[in-house]
Amino acid sequence: MEKTWNNKAWFMVLPVLVLVAFSAVIPLMTVVNYSVQDTFGGNQFFWAGAEWFEEMLHSDRFWAAMGRNLIFSAIILAIQIPLGIFIALNMPRKGWGVPVCLVLMALPLLIPWNVVGTIWQVFGRIDIGLLGYTLHALGFDYNYVNDPFDAWVTVIIMDVWHWTSLVVLLCYAGLVSIPDAFYQAAKIDGASRWAVFRYIQLPKMQRVLLIAVLLRFMDSFMIYTEPFVVTGGGPGNSTTFLSIDLVKMAVGQFDLGPAAAMSIIYFLIVLLLSWVFYTVMTNYDVEK
Amino acid sequence: MARIDLNHIRHAYGANPKSDKDYALREVHHSFEDGGAYALLGPSGCGKTTLLNIISGLLHASHGQLLFDGKDVTRLSTQERNIAQVFQFPVIYDTMTVYDNLAFPLRNRGVPEADVDRKVRETLDMIDLASWARRKARGLTADQKQKISLGRGLVRSDVNAILFDEPLTVIDPHMKWVLRSQLKQLHRRFGYTMIYVTHDQTEALTFADKVVVMYDGEIVQIGTPAELFERPKHTFVGYFIGSPGMNVMPVAVEGKRAKLGEQVIDLPGAPKAEGNGIELGIRPEYVRLGAKGMPVTIRKVEDIGRHKVVRASLEGREIAAILGEDDHVPADPHVTFDPAGINLYDKSWRVEMGA
Ligand SMILES: Nc1ncnc2c1ncn2[C@@H]1O[C@H](COP(=O)(O)OP(=O)(O)O)[C@@H](O)[C@H]1O
Ligand SMILES: [Mg+2]
Repeated sequence: MEKTWNNKAWFMVLPVLVLVAFSAVIPLMTVVNYSVQDTFGGNQFFWAGAEWFEEMLHSDRFWAAMGRNLIFSAIILAIQIPLGIFIALNMPRKGWGVPVCLVLMALPLLIPWNVVGTIWQVFGRIDIGLLGYTLHALGFDYNYVNDPFDAWVTVIIMDVWHWTSLVVLLCYAGLVSIPDAFYQAAKIDGASRWAVFRYIQLPKMQRVLLIAVLLRFMDSFMIYTEPFVVTGGGPGNSTTFLSIDLVKMAVGQFDLGPAAAMSIIYFLIVLLLSWVFYTVMTNYDVEK
Repeated sequence: MARIDLNHIRHAYGANPKSDKDYALREVHHSFEDGGAYALLGPSGCGKTTLLNIISGLLHASHGQLLFDGKDVTRLSTQERNIAQVFQFPVIYDTMTVYDNLAFPLRNRGVPEADVDRKVRETLDMIDLASWARRKARGLTADQKQKISLGRGLVRSDVNAILFDEPLTVIDPHMKWVLRSQLKQLHRRFGYTMIYVTHDQTEALTFADKVVVMYDGEIVQIGTPAELFERPKHTFVGYFIGSPGMNVMPVAVEGKRAKLGEQVIDLPGAPKAEGNGIELGIRPEYVRLGAKGMPVTIRKVEDIGRHKVVRASLEGREIAAILGEDDHVPADPHVTFDPAGINLYDKSWRVEMGA
């Protein structure tokens, strides 16, 4: 058969290229552009070189926010991954319970970020919120507006409530793909509940867990809307994460240069940590 | 090792079985002798796996009682019954090495590590994977994986019985033969009670001392390979065992004679059953082709090496006969039935013939 060789097919991917260019590449380039220049308003820019990057990397404010982000992501992963696995393991595999559980799990995921924030902002208020009021009435000194610890707890519980189901659904998908024969063989071999988890279920969930960890890490590391709505970054700076700080700097103070430099550092860190997670989790078995 | 008694076992997967149709096992009442090598033979879907799972405790029968050496184990778990079972498709623990896979059933039962090592090495040699011991099980081929599954069944020496559920399906023909001989050897050496499920008659007949034939949720016959061949208790056994299967044709019986259309066949005795639904069964090996007897028209002759299979038409029905490699089909073909090979069936079940 004779084949016609030409490059017309490339036109097919053109729309996507244009879309990606406008939605990602061009904005990113603009940010790179800002990060190496200075401006005093108007439309005048001066070359600043690596100045902003140096400033950022020496700024306490930046590292404090970074520290908060890392702690936040670590707590989120430490809670959501085991909790997600635990719930997935206990979900029914057949019968009417399956659709019910799936819908319940999917619900939080369907709610827009800012609505989740608003729900919890109200829920936790000590004057009118069900949670805040009840805790107060029970004698707990809970107040996310004044107490940094309470603010953190609120934001973390909110994120756990919002996103654990993602981990659950991913793990569940991994679990239902395990053929019955594996469980039967495990019974014949006298495997304990733990051994079944360790040698059958966990290996089968490994791929989806990798995705879950990556998604939850990236997403929690970039958290913005929910704490912004609930705490606005406070009390003080206690819940001011990188993204919140970034917006304050860029939009609030109009420091485009430092904000752009910060964006790029932020982006590179997300990329680097994601790569580390990916490498560690995919190589885990190969090395042994 | 133990003797296994199945007392009127019935099993339905659905919640409210009403008729016999709802039962995957209609009624199984049978004993597997201690140390016997049994093959469980039957077509796909006849309930073989269901029966094995009931013996191993993966399933609990809806009715009936199960005894190991006379002790009631009906309510016991798989763990407590101490049975080894090998499944049709390989089940391996991906993240473990080949060695650890085999050690797994022993370690789970708290066997001392020295014994584990000895048993695992022995088993590795048996399944010819000794050089792979330290490798991760993940990258192995399907038949290597199945050998590991098999190995995990054989590594425990104190089991009540070893059940094999079509274990060689994914293994190539030569290796199949090797493994089957090893299983047989193992049986002779250690006297395990073994039940080997298959839908392949050659496999069943070469492996077992006793073959249990199942059909549609029931055991239709238990016997030595020779008994199954010579005296099929049910027409199904006749069809299923032998290649080609038994010829079965409806006849009318009068005393010591059977009428097939225009033809009259002399029977070795007078059957105890009369009336409708009587069939005569004769294996192709007992159909003699010659110049005398009942006239047939030849449809096809298949030369399959050791002998020829002649497909002919007798009174409008298909009939198969076996002809020696050097024999020739006569010009005006007739057939006679060797009385030694004649069986009579009443509603599919064999009836005895009196003198
Ligand atoms: N888990 C199950 N649920 C419902 N029906 C089943 C199940 N397993 C098997 N069956 C039915 O029970 C019958 C016997 O199946 P099985 O024991 O697997 O047969 P075999 O192993 O001889 O091929 C079949 O009709 C099959 O459809
Ligand atoms: Mg089966």
